[in-house]
Amino acid sequence: MFSECVVPVGIFLSAHQGLVLQVMEFAELIKTPRVDGVVLHRPFMPTVEGTLCLTGHHLILSSRQDNTEELWLLHSNIDSIEKRFLGSLGTIIVKCKDLRMIQLDIPGMEECLNIGSSIEALSTLDSVSLMYPYFYRPMFEVIEDGWNSFLPEDAFKDLEAMTDEWRLSEVNRDFRVCTTYPPLVAVPRDVDDDTLRKAAGFRHGGRFPVLSYYHKKNGMVMMRSGQPLTGTNGRRCKEDERLINATLRPGKRGYVIDTRTISVAQQAKARGGGFETEANYPQWRRIHKAIERSNVLQDSLVKLVEACNDQSHSMDRWLSKLEASNWQTHVKEILTTACLAAQCIDREGASVLVHGTEGTDSTLQVTSLAQIILDPACRTIQGFQGLVEREWLQAGHPFAQRCSMSAYSNSKPRHEAPGFLLFLDCVWQVLRQFPCSFQFTEQLLVLLFEHAYASQFGTFLGNSAAERVRLSLPEKTVSLWSWVNRPQEIDHLSNPLYEPNSLVIWPSVAPQSLLLWEGVFLRWNRSPRCQEEAHEEMVHIIEYNKELQNKVNSLRRQLAQLETQEPPLQTP
Amino acid sequence: MEHIRTPKVEQVRLLQRRAGQRKPLLGTLYLSATHTIFVENHPETRRETWVLHSMVSGLERPPGGPTGSQLVLRCKDFRVFHLLFPLERDCVDVHTSLTRLSRPESYSELYCLSINPNTNQEEREKSWTLVLPSQDYQRMGLPNNLWVATAANSEYKMCDSYPAQLFVSRWASPAVLMGSSRFRSRGRLPVLSYFHQDTLAAVCRCSQPLSGFSGRSEEDEQMVTAVMKANPGSDFIYVVDTRPRLNAMANRAAGKGYESEDHYGNIKLHFSGIDNIHVMRSSQQRILDVGEQRTPSMSDFLLGLENSGWLKHIKAVLDAGVFIAKAIADEGVSVLVHCSDGWDRTAQACSVASVLLEPYYRTMKGLMVLIEKDWVSFGHKFSHRYGHLDGDPREVSPVLDQFLEVLWQLAQQFPCAFQFNERFLLDLRTLAYSCQDGTFLGNSEKERRSLRLQERSFSVWSRLWRDREKYWNPLYRAEQSQTQGVLKPNTTPYCFKMWKGLYSPAETPAPPAQTPVDFLSSVREGSQQLEQQLANQQERLAALTGEPISYQKVEVPKRKINQSQLRYSGPDPPTTYSYPITSPAQDHGSSHHAAEPANQKTRRPAAGLSLPLEPPGSGKGRDPDDLSSDLESGVADLSVGDEVIGGQNGEEAGLSSE
Repeated sequence: MFSECVVPVGIFLSAHQGLVLQVMEFAELIKTPRVDGVVLHRPFMPTVEGTLCLTGHHLILSSRQDNTEELWLLHSNIDSIEKRFLGSLGTIIVKCKDLRMIQLDIPGMEECLNIGSSIEALSTLDSVSLMYPYFYRPMFEVIEDGWNSFLPEDAFKDLEAMTDEWRLSEVNRDFRVCTTYPPLVAVPRDVDDDTLRKAAGFRHGGRFPVLSYYHKKNGMVMMRSGQPLTGTNGRRCKEDERLINATLRPGKRGYVIDTRTISVAQQAKARGGGFETEANYPQWRRIHKAIERSNVLQDSLVKLVEACNDQSHSMDRWLSKLEASNWQTHVKEILTTACLAAQCIDREGASVLVHGTEGTDSTLQVTSLAQIILDPACRTIQGFQGLVEREWLQAGHPFAQRCSMSAYSNSKPRHEAPGFLLFLDCVWQVLRQFPCSFQFTEQLLVLLFEHAYASQFGTFLGNSAAERVRLSLPEKTVSLWSWVNRPQEIDHLSNPLYEPNSLVIWPSVAPQSLLLWEGVFLRWNRSPRCQEEAHEEMVHIIEYNKELQNKVNSLRRQLAQLETQEPPLQTP
Repeated sequence: MEHIRTPKVEQVRLLQRRAGQRKPLLGTLYLSATHTIFVENHPETRRETWVLHSMVSGLERPPGGPTGSQLVLRCKDFRVFHLLFPLERDCVDVHTSLTRLSRPESYSELYCLSINPNTNQEEREKSWTLVLPSQDYQRMGLPNNLWVATAANSEYKMCDSYPAQLFVSRWASPAVLMGSSRFRSRGRLPVLSYFHQDTLAAVCRCSQPLSGFSGRSEEDEQMVTAVMKANPGSDFIYVVDTRPRLNAMANRAAGKGYESEDHYGNIKLHFSGIDNIHVMRSSQQRILDVGEQRTPSMSDFLLGLENSGWLKHIKAVLDAGVFIAKAIADEGVSVLVHCSDGWDRTAQACSVASVLLEPYYRTMKGLMVLIEKDWVSFGHKFSHRYGHLDGDPREVSPVLDQFLEVLWQLAQQFPCAFQFNERFLLDLRTLAYSCQDGTFLGNSEKERRSLRLQERSFSVWSRLWRDREKYWNPLYRAEQSQTQGVLKPNTTPYCFKMWKGLYSPAETPAPPAQTPVDFLSSVREGSQQLEQQLANQQERLAALTGEPISYQKVEVPKRKINQSQLRYSGPDPPTTYSYPITSPAQDHGSSHHAAEPANQKTRRPAAGLSLPLEPPGSGKGRDPDDLSSDLESGVADLSVGDEVIGGQNGEEAGLSSE
C-alpha cells in the first residue's frame, strides 16, 4: 500500500525535470496520493468503483477497466468540499465551480481525511505559476494560435474600412497611463495622446473614454470609461470634455449611461468619484440605471444555486427562493440597460458613453450586450469570441479576482462576482428569443462559463492585458481559442437553425420573457438526453433539406444539359 | 337577431394590447347573430377581427373621455379588445346587445347549432366517426378475459353522467354493479378507463363512496375486489383520492368521503391534493393578472406567480398522473381514481396518467380520442365548466386548461415526444370554450344524445384534423426513445414554467425572432416540395434518357450529436482527440493522460442505468427502484438500446463532420 503511494509522484518527477521544484510543492500537499476501492457517484451517470489518484492538478478516478468512465477533475474547478463519516467509511462531497456536485465514498478514515485536506490545499493554490495551464500541453494540433486570433490592430482594420474618424493610440504602450487597458486603444482621430493622458488622470483607474463599438449604419459610437473623478468639489477636466465631445457630430447630443443609480453615483463623490454634470457636459444627457455589482451579485449567485439544489417539492418555496435570489432581476436590469444603449445608438442616432464606477464590470456587460443586439457579426462563433476578447479580456475585466470562487465556496468573498456569468446568461436569453440569429448554440456560452472559472487554457488567467504579458501567458500557455476554433469543435458549437441576418435584434425584457438558464443552473439536476435528441432531430431536418437541395440542383443541371443535346429516344 | 340593437357602427377605434398592438385601428364594427366583426378602414390592409359571441367572457364600460365612450371586451381565450365609440349611444347599444348575445340562454342559440347541418350531410356524418372511444377500447384489446363490456348503462339508467358503453371487471356481477353504483356519488361506479397491455394493470375511475363516517356497502367492496382480481399480477390496488386529505375528510360529514382501508381489505389509499374547481378558478384569474401586468418588475412577476398558486396546482395534477403511471407501469398494480364527483380531477389524473403510459395518446388522433373518452364520454361538464350558457359562474373552472397545460409542460421536457405542437393545445382549448362544434356541447353523453347533436352539428375533431398540417411538431419522430415507452417526467418545481403562449402572448420579441418549431416546420415544408420536385425531375430524366425511372431516395444519416461529451470538455483535459499522442513527455507524461482519450471518447451518461447523486444525508438507497422517478433520465426503457448508441457516439464524435 505504502509503496504504491509513490507512483503518481514518481510520474511527475520523471516526466519533466524542469518542473521538479514545483512538483515537490505539490508532493508535500499530497499526503495520500492514491486510494483503492473508492466509489464515485455522479448525477445521471452510473456509479463507478475504482482507484482514486491525486496529482498536482487533477483528481482522477479510474476503474481500470476498458471503456468504463473515468473522472478527471481539475483541482482548480473545486469550489469546496464536505466530509462525512459513517463508521470507517468516509464520504467527500466535491462541489465544483461549474456547479456540479459529485460524491466520493472513500474507505478508511485517515485516507479520507488526507484526501480531503489535499484537495482543499490543491484547489486553493495562490501562485498563478502553479496553475495547470502552465503545465498543460495540447494533445490536439493547433491550427491557429488563439493568442493571435483577436489582436486589437486587426479589429481596427475593420473599423478603418468604415471610417477615418478614429485612430489607434499607443499611449498605453507600457501600461503606464492605464494599468487595465491594452497597449492599443481606439480614440477620436483629432485627440492627441497628451489629451488622453490628462483625461486618464480624471478617470477612475486611468480608464479614459475609448471606443467600444462603431455603428456602421449611422456612424454613431459607443464608448466606455471609468467614472470621472469629480469629487465633492466638482473638479472638471477640459481634456476629458474635449475627448468625448470630439465623438459628437455638430449640433448633436450624446448620452452618458451611468450603470449606477443617481444616489450611488452621488455617494461616489465622497470617495473622489462622481459623474458628468450638465454644467460641464452640456452636450450630454445622463441616464442612471441600477446594475448591481460585486458582493451583491455573488450573494445572489449563491442563493440561486442553493434554490436550484433544494430538493423539496414545494412550488411556493422554489418560487420565493428564486425571487429572493434576485438573479433574474439582475439579468433583467443588465439587458434593459443594454437595450437602452442600443436604442440610443440605433433609434435615436446618438453616441453613447457607458460607465459605472471602475468601468470593468457592469460597464462591460452593457457595452458587450449592446453589440450583440446591434451587430450581427457578434452573433457568429468567431465574432462572439472576438467580442469576449475585446470587451472583457482586453478591456480589463479582472477575471482572476472575479472568478476565483463560485457558488459553493465557504470563504467570505472579497473580489468575487459573477459578472461574466451574468453576461453569458443575458446572451442566452437573447439567443433563446432569437434562435435563428446566432451561429453558435448555448454550448459555447456554457463552455466559456466553465473556462472562466477553471481551465487548462491560459485565456482567463490574470486580471488585465498587462498581467497577461507579465505572466507570459501567450508564450507559456495555450489559448482557449486555439481549442475552440478547430473544425470539430466549431461543428459541436454550431447552431443548426442559424440563418444569417443583418438586423438589429430587440429582445423582450419583460419578466415573462426571461427564463432561468437551465443549461447552467439545472445542468446537473436533470438528464440532458431528451434535449440532445431534439437537437439531433433539428440537425437532421436541416441537413436533409440541404442534401435534397443539392440533389435537385444537380439533377436540374443534368436535365438542362440533356435537353440542349439530341432528342431523347436516339440515345442508346 | 332580435337582440341586436345596432348592426353597424362606423369610426370605431379598436386596440388589442395583448397582441402587442400599440396604436388603435380605426374601422367599422358590425354585429351579426354569431360574431362581432371589426373591419379596419385602411384601404390596403382592411384587416378583419372576428369575435364569436360565445367567446366573450366579460364586458365593461369604463368611464369615457372627451374622445368617446369606451367598451372593453374580454374573451375566454384571454384576448382583450378596447373599443372606442364616438357616440355614447352606440356604445350603450353595442354593450346591451353583446351582453345578451354573449350569454345565450339555450343551446339552440349557440353557433354550432345555428348552421344548416344538411348542406354537408355526408361530411357531417363522417366527422362524427373520426374519433370514437370504442376504437380506443379495441386498441387496448378489450374486451378480454379480464375486462368485459356491460350493457347495464345502455339507457343511462344506472348513471346518467356515464357513457352507455362501459367496461368492468369480469368478476363483477350485475348485482354488484348495481349495488356499487348506489353506493357511489351520482351513481358513478368503478369502471375501466385505461388498460395497460404490458402489465395487465388498469386505471379505473369512479366518484367518492357514500360512506360517511361508517357507512359500508358489501357490493361496493366486492366491486373494488373485482377490480383487483382483474389484475392477476397484484393482490391489492391503489385508491387514489385526488383531493387534499382534508377535503376528503370534510366530505365524510356530508355522508360521502373515501374508502376506509379497514373495510376495503385490499387497497392502499393515496391522496393527491388537487384543489377544487373554485380554488382553480380564482388561481387562474390571478395568473392571468400576472401575465397582464404592464411593466412588472422581476419580483412583482415571480411573487405574483407564486401567489397565484397556479404552477403549484399544475404540479399537483402532474404528480397525480405520475403516481398512477408509476403504479401501473413499474409496480403493475391497478389504480382506482376518484375525487368527489369523478368528472373533474379524476378526468385530469386519469388522462395525464394515460398520456404518460401510452405513446398513442401523444399523437394528434390519440389525444383526441383520449379527450373524447376520458372527458366527453365520462361526463366532464363542458357546458358548465366553460360557460357555454348563461348560468352559475361558480360552475365555471379551467379544468381542461390544466390538463392541456400539463401536456405543454411535458412537451418542454420531452420536445420530441408529442406529435402536436403548442398551437394544437391552444386551439383545442379555444374550441372547448367557444363551442363552435357539437362535441363539447352539453354536460354528458345522455344530454348530447337527447339533443341529437350528431344530426345538427359537426364534430370538433374533424375541424382540428383538417388543419393538422399546422399542428405538426417537426421534432416528433415515432422511433425516438422519448416517443416510445413510459414518460417519466421530472416534477421538481423548477421544471414548471408559466405558459407564456396562453397567459402572456404579447410579450414576444420583434422579428426576426422565430420559434424553432415554426422555423423547422417551414424547413420541412420546403423539404416536401423538394421531394416532389426531385420526383418530377427523375421522371423527366427517365423520359429524356429512355431509361426506367429511378426514384432515388435522398438519405442523410442521422448524426448522433453527443453533447454530453461537451459537458466534460470544460476544465477536464479536452476529450475526443483524434490525434495520436506523440510523446510521453507531453503533459508531464502521465500515463493516465495517454490512456485518457480512448476512455473519454465513450464517455456518456447511460440514461437507463443512471443513478442520480444522492441528496445530502440520504445515506442509503442505492437500489435503483428507490430513486427511479424524478431524478432519472426521464425515459424509462432506454437502457438496452442505448448501449449501442453509446458506441456509435464515441465513434462519430471523433470524426465529427460528415
